[in-house]
Parts: sequence; structure tokens; C-alpha cells
Amino acid sequence: MMAGMKQAAWWLSARRLYAMVLRYWYVLRGSWPRLVEIAYWPTVQMVLWGFTDRFIGSQTSGAAKAAGLFLGAVLLWDILFRSQLGVTLVCLEELYARNLPQLFMTPLRPWEYVGGLLLVSLLRTLFGVGVATTLAYVFFDYGLWTMGLQVIAFFVLLTCFGWALGIAMTAMLLRFGLGVEGIAWGGMFLLAPFSGVYYPIATLPAPLQLIAWLLPSSHVFEGMRAAVWHHALAVQHLLIAAGQCLVYLVLAWVLFLVLFRQVRQKGALLSQGE
Amino acid sequence: MSVAWHDRLQPAISVQRLEKRFGDVLAVRDLSFQLAHGQCMGLLGGNGAGKTTTLAMLLGLVIPTGGRIEILGEPIPRHRYEVLGRMNFSSPYVDFPGRLTVAEILMVYGQLYGICGLKARIGELAELLDLEALLKKRYGQLSAGQKARCGLAKALLNRPQVLILDEPTASMDPDTADRLRRYLLKYLGESHAAMMLASHNMQEVERLCDEVLIMDRGQVMARGTPTALMERYSTDMEGVFLSIARSTA
Repeated sequence: MMAGMKQAAWWLSARRLYAMVLRYWYVLRGSWPRLVEIAYWPTVQMVLWGFTDRFIGSQTSGAAKAAGLFLGAVLLWDILFRSQLGVTLVCLEELYARNLPQLFMTPLRPWEYVGGLLLVSLLRTLFGVGVATTLAYVFFDYGLWTMGLQVIAFFVLLTCFGWALGIAMTAMLLRFGLGVEGIAWGGMFLLAPFSGVYYPIATLPAPLQLIAWLLPSSHVFEGMRAAVWHHALAVQHLLIAAGQCLVYLVLAWVLFLVLFRQVRQKGALLSQGE
Repeated sequence: MSVAWHDRLQPAISVQRLEKRFGDVLAVRDLSFQLAHGQCMGLLGGNGAGKTTTLAMLLGLVIPTGGRIEILGEPIPRHRYEVLGRMNFSSPYVDFPGRLTVAEILMVYGQLYGICGLKARIGELAELLDLEALLKKRYGQLSAGQKARCGLAKALLNRPQVLILDEPTASMDPDTADRLRRYLLKYLGESHAAMMLASHNMQEVERLCDEVLIMDRGQVMARGTPTALMERYSTDMEGVFLSIARSTA
């Protein structure tokens, strides 16, 4: 009897997660510009850096070593950026539609809401980066997989870090409303200089390096350079990044729960979107 | 989903000394009431009286500062997820995504409530609320009255045991509003659900409600059956409302 009840609870949770994805799919299905937008920026970035890569590679023999470095960097950066944006965009859609009170008066639990956002983010990232990666192979003969199997680890780590940032930003959107919309769109770019996307962390001044090493993205991009330049597996960087991702995901979830409680204490759900 | 007979022995909603403070403002103070299964309670009051805050606390959207709420025997907000699937709400002031069609909205909310036989249920409600022609229309393109009907269809999807309605017939034409009120009365009778109704339509309150609470500045100024209130204050509910509102102004 208990097992049956538990199964039913899981099934209901799965249906609520599905509902969150379904809701976003309906929005996408009814709007081709939104569908195109998912792949638009990754593709534009890929083309820009693809030609830059090709130009640098043709100018200096030393830099030829870096062939594909910028393309790899831009594609990996986009995984991080799309993962974060995929989470916050769905929340923004709900805020624009003034639909959040409707959602939170259903049996939808906070973890199911966040789980739905993460699923949508994953699907958006796979689609957007998938299109850009395919085009990079077709036009520039560059495949992310040339970095080896560790590219899977890069993808997982950057996605997890993007999710952590996305959850934290969603919590702030719920708490402070559209007043902090700018953070959702541009907050990630604050991390770009510290992440060493296009240059080694050693390039940064020493105090900034301390900040940089606190970011999983810095370790991933160092790992990427090790893979491209030396065909090496940067195990230490990957392990540190994995540990940091776990910490940031836990911190983001705690922040979400704390701010969501404040939202309910202040009655902010009733006035959002205004 | 009809309420089991043994569950009907306890009140559907029990509120004791409920209080909500937003900073210096006491939005709801010392509110107590009980609502039995199969009964409808009206919540009346001017703007800022505390009706919306009260309804939001019942739904777990707002955490009370003090007091106690029990719905279907479960304390709210602590165990709200145990009962939210058996409750529902509709208000013309809370929107749905404008880009989704009516059918898509009902599909999404049907999944959220875990409805079995969802397509058939949507069909039933579309027929009842005259939504069949609107199912493929985007919510953002609907008139105010059509949006209210869509909101009601969502509110009835899960055959709730506690139904909370805020201005359910606002913007509806008289014929649709009348049909809806008939349906709500029939629904209460058949399902033994409890209904909280916030409305400015006094005829509606008179027709649907077994008991009425009139609130002002967060507290109850008068309560009783519509008949008792009319005997005490005026000949109709509008007169009752005006009499109490002006005496407290």
C-alpha cells in the first residue's frame, strides 16, 4: 500500500515536471522567432570566432598551435551562458505573463518548479549549442570532440555551474521582481573576465587570480587549454570544478528556499510583474 | 471528486485568530471562521479590506504572521502541498500566459494537478463554460469575460473540494454568469465542496452564499447569513454593504 502511494507521488511529481516543460514547449511552438533565437547567438558567436581562429592560425606559426582554441572557448562559454539563461528566461516568461501566483497555488513544489526550469534549460542548451557545434564542423572543420571524451565533463560542469547561477538569479527575480531583470540577462558577463575563457588565468593580476580559482568555469577553461595545447587530461582542474559546482548548486538551492520564503512572507507573488 | 462522508464531519476550512502584518500595516487581524463542506462563504469588503490577503493565506501564497489555518484537516501553510491538489482558485486579476491557447493552458494545469482523463475533462468543462470555440484561441486574444471563463475552467479541472473564487463572474454577460452560478450551486450540492467567494456582486453573494463576512481594514465588521444581515442592516445585500462601509468610514 505504502509502495503504491509512494509511486503515485513520484508519478505526480513527474507530471508536474512535464507540465513545466510542456508550458515552455507550447510557447516555443507558437513562436518561430523564439525557436530561432535559441540557436542564433551561439551561431553568430561561432562564425565570428571561427574566422578569427582561421585568421590567427594563418598569421603566426606559434599561434597555429591554438587552432580551434577560440572556437572551443566560445562554444564552451555558450554552454555556461545558455544553461544560466535557460533557467532565468523561463522565470522571466512567467513574470511577464503574471502567471507565477497561478503556478504556486497548484501542488507544484519548489524543487519541481526548479527541476522544470533545469530541464528546459538543458533542452535549450542542447539545441542551441548543438546547432552551433554542427555548423562549426561543417564550415570550419572543427569538432568539440577533438578535445576528447573530457568534453563531456566540460559540458556537465559548465551546465551545472550555469544552473547554480540560474537558480540564484531566479530566486532574486522571484524576490525582487523585474527590477533585477538586468542581472538575469547580463550578470553572467561579470564572470567572463575571471573565467579565462580566451586567455590563461595566469594572465590575470594575482588578486584577481584568487577570485578566478573560486569559479568552476576557470578550471574548465584551463582544462580546455590543456586538452587543446597538450592533449592532456587536467584531472585536478576537473575534480576541483566538480566540487565547486556541488557547493554552488547547494548554495543556490539554499538561497532559492530562503528568498522564496521571504516572497511568501511579504506577499510579493501577488504583486509581481507590476 | 466528492468529499467522503467521514471527512465531512470536520470543517473544510478552519481559521483561528489569523493575522497578517506587512511592516507597519496590519492587513488582516484576528480573523476567525469555519466553513463546512457543501457551504459557501462570501467575503465582502472594499479595496484594502484584506480579502485578497486572506485568500492568498488560504492558498499558501502568503505566510500568516499569526493564527492558525486548517484546510481539509491539514495545517496551512506547513502542509499546504497535501491539500493544494484538492483545492483550486480563480480570479480575473491573476493571468495566464497570453501566448498559450486555452486548450494548452488547461493541458498544462491539468498535468500540474495530475488529472486523469484530462482531455475528456477539458471537453466537459469547455462545454459547460461555452469554451469549445475558444480552445484553439490564444489567451491573450480573449475578451475579459472569456478570460474569466478560462480561469474558471482551470479552477474546476481537479474537481476541487475547496474552491476559492475571487470575482468569478466579473466581466461575464448575464446569461453566462447565471449559468455559471447555477453550475456552482449544483457542484457544491453534488460534491459537498466548500466555496469561498470574494465578490462585489451583491446579488451573486445573496444567491450563492450561506454565510457572509464583511471586512474592513483587515477585520471582520459583520457576519451572518445574507438573510440575517439584511434583517439587521438593509433590505438587500448592497444596502448591507453600503451601510457597514459608511458606518466605518
